[in-house]
Amino acid sequence: MAYDKFNIVTSTAVPLPIENVDTDQIIPARFLKATERKGFGDNLFRDWRYHNDNTQKEDFILNNPTYSGKILVGGKNFGSGSSREHAAWAVYDYGFRCVVSSFFADIFKGNCLNIGVLPVQVSPEFLEKIFEAIDTNPDTEIEVNLPQQTITIKTSGESESFDINSYKKENMLNGYDDIDYLTKIKSEIQKFATTRPF
Amino acid sequence: MSKTLFDKVWDSHVVRNIENGPDVFFIDRHFIHEVTSPVAFLGIKSRGNTVLYPDRTFATADHNTPTINQHLPVEDPLSANQLKALEENAAEWGISHWGLGHQKNGIVHVVGPENGITLPGATIVCGDSHTSTHGAFGAIAFGIGTSEVEMVLSTQCIMQPKPKKMRINVNGELGFGVTPKDVALYIISQLSTSGATGYFVEYAGDVFSNMTMEGRMTVCNLSIEMGARGGMIAPDEKTFEYIKGRPLTPKGEAWDTAMEYWQTLKTDEDAVFDKELTFNGADIEPMITYGTNPGMGIGITNHIPDASNVEGGVATYKKSLGYMDFNEGDAMIGKPVDYVFLGSCTNGRIEDFRAFASIIKGKKKAENITAWLVPGSHEVEELIKEEGILDIITQAGFTLREPGCSACLAMNADKIPAGKLAVSTSNRNFEGRQGPGSRTLLASPLVAAATAVTGVVTDPRTLLEEVIN
Ligand code: SF4
Repeated sequence: MAYDKFNIVTSTAVPLPIENVDTDQIIPARFLKATERKGFGDNLFRDWRYHNDNTQKEDFILNNPTYSGKILVGGKNFGSGSSREHAAWAVYDYGFRCVVSSFFADIFKGNCLNIGVLPVQVSPEFLEKIFEAIDTNPDTEIEVNLPQQTITIKTSGESESFDINSYKKENMLNGYDDIDYLTKIKSEIQKFATTRPF
Repeated sequence: MSKTLFDKVWDSHVVRNIENGPDVFFIDRHFIHEVTSPVAFLGIKSRGNTVLYPDRTFATADHNTPTINQHLPVEDPLSANQLKALEENAAEWGISHWGLGHQKNGIVHVVGPENGITLPGATIVCGDSHTSTHGAFGAIAFGIGTSEVEMVLSTQCIMQPKPKKMRINVNGELGFGVTPKDVALYIISQLSTSGATGYFVEYAGDVFSNMTMEGRMTVCNLSIEMGARGGMIAPDEKTFEYIKGRPLTPKGEAWDTAMEYWQTLKTDEDAVFDKELTFNGADIEPMITYGTNPGMGIGITNHIPDASNVEGGVATYKKSLGYMDFNEGDAMIGKPVDYVFLGSCTNGRIEDFRAFASIIKGKKKAENITAWLVPGSHEVEELIKEEGILDIITQAGFTLREPGCSACLAMNADKIPAGKLAVSTSNRNFEGRQGPGSRTLLASPLVAAATAVTGVVTDPRTLLEEVIN
């Protein structure tokens, strides 16, 4: 599943200052019944976005036209819970290319990197600054610069660098995923397989 | 160099190490189910790949299967469609498939060990985060996303940075009425839901050596709930005893060779962990959760902590209690409950049904309680019948359902209605996990049983004493 290359994304951002946002909130299990990867963005944060009768919950951030953009900023321990890649698909399909938080759950982070959503882990202090900047001015732009590995609040110029391993970075810059890599070394894998006892 | 158990198994599966990148990591055994595999199979086709080793993958249907009338066609068209896709994909690529109605069908993490697919020293993955269950056998087992399911199908490898290592020791003896589920919920409450993120855990100490294989599976199953990639326990005589003679375990000479290897699977004395924690088994009470993540658990006789006494954001904490409709300072014991769910890959094994039966025997289900008792597999269901547990259940006014994930994630019809309070032996109490608006209290099968007969949250020790006296 190829995805669009990621280089520099400059955009306004949607703040979600809640901790431990789990994958059941990002996409509830009842929306996992598709056999194709289609339409998951519509059900992103489904139960926070809509009432049972499918009318919008006015107070949820995604229903507030003041906030939009390609960057989602979440509280600590974002993406905990299940391994469903559907959560990352929903984030991507909705239109986010980047999730910023002070801490990510492992599987969610790996899933994001595999499908073209960049997880940017910042310090708790910097996360607070981003929330404050957006709170003061919802039009605040955030620049996520993958080649430089920096994230910058454009209005104040405040910036922080973030980590990503060079293999994943290369992948994101080129729109490659792990399957591309693995299929290239298949004969090496087959040789290895003959050494396994079971 | 000295190695931990985890190092030994991990290092022997690295095909290639990428500098400043992940390891190319070989997978011995791969489980798939209907929900997280269809898109992976589509990916294989669209890339023109094939399934490299079909005999290393095992398919079972469990996540959205009904738990009554399994002999009838599945009503929900979307679920039926996923089940059909699994069946067709398995048939197309020659993968063994234990679909609905098959005598080996059940929850993936229950049928794997039952059939000897789970072995010490193996690497095991599945598109389900509770794959960590299989670590109970000294395997490295963890959940993966759908892209990775596609990787394993087409190349038998995934790309993983090696996690850090943590050892959690629990020594001493467990108190009366304290089960493996309580040990796990206690550890998670101490570490929080992110306390082990980035780590792979080894559980060690008397409490785990004395535990049955079922108990060890419950503990390893819940590793993910503290953020860990997985958890494992060194294999010992109990492990070998459990797996010996199962349908897919090595036999004859192959068994002897395997045993020689398995005996080496323990952490060397001077091996170092990145983090080590030690707890005392005697400090653990029967546990129950009160909030919307598994880290929000307390001893059942305790009261809900004040926001000022918890770590982390007060707003998030209050939102959580608001969802549960609980207040700071509330006692858990005595809270009226609507539903009781016994089942899931956490507590859907025979031992869990034995524990449940030990309390309800000779009593009656409380009128206000709707109870769903769901075995983890047909094999568990058979044992329930053989051991006379079914009679105990029926006499107490309960019924037994057919195997599947059921109300653990409420993808089938088993949904707890909005606002209703459930005591559940499953693994997640997230908002809406058991149905939109449902409220979940995670606990052991003993707590679930005690609650099922009294209708309110009940300390099982009070009823167990009656049984013993
Ligand atoms: S019982 Fe629950 S946690 Fe276990 S495999 Fe099924 S859905 Fe996943």
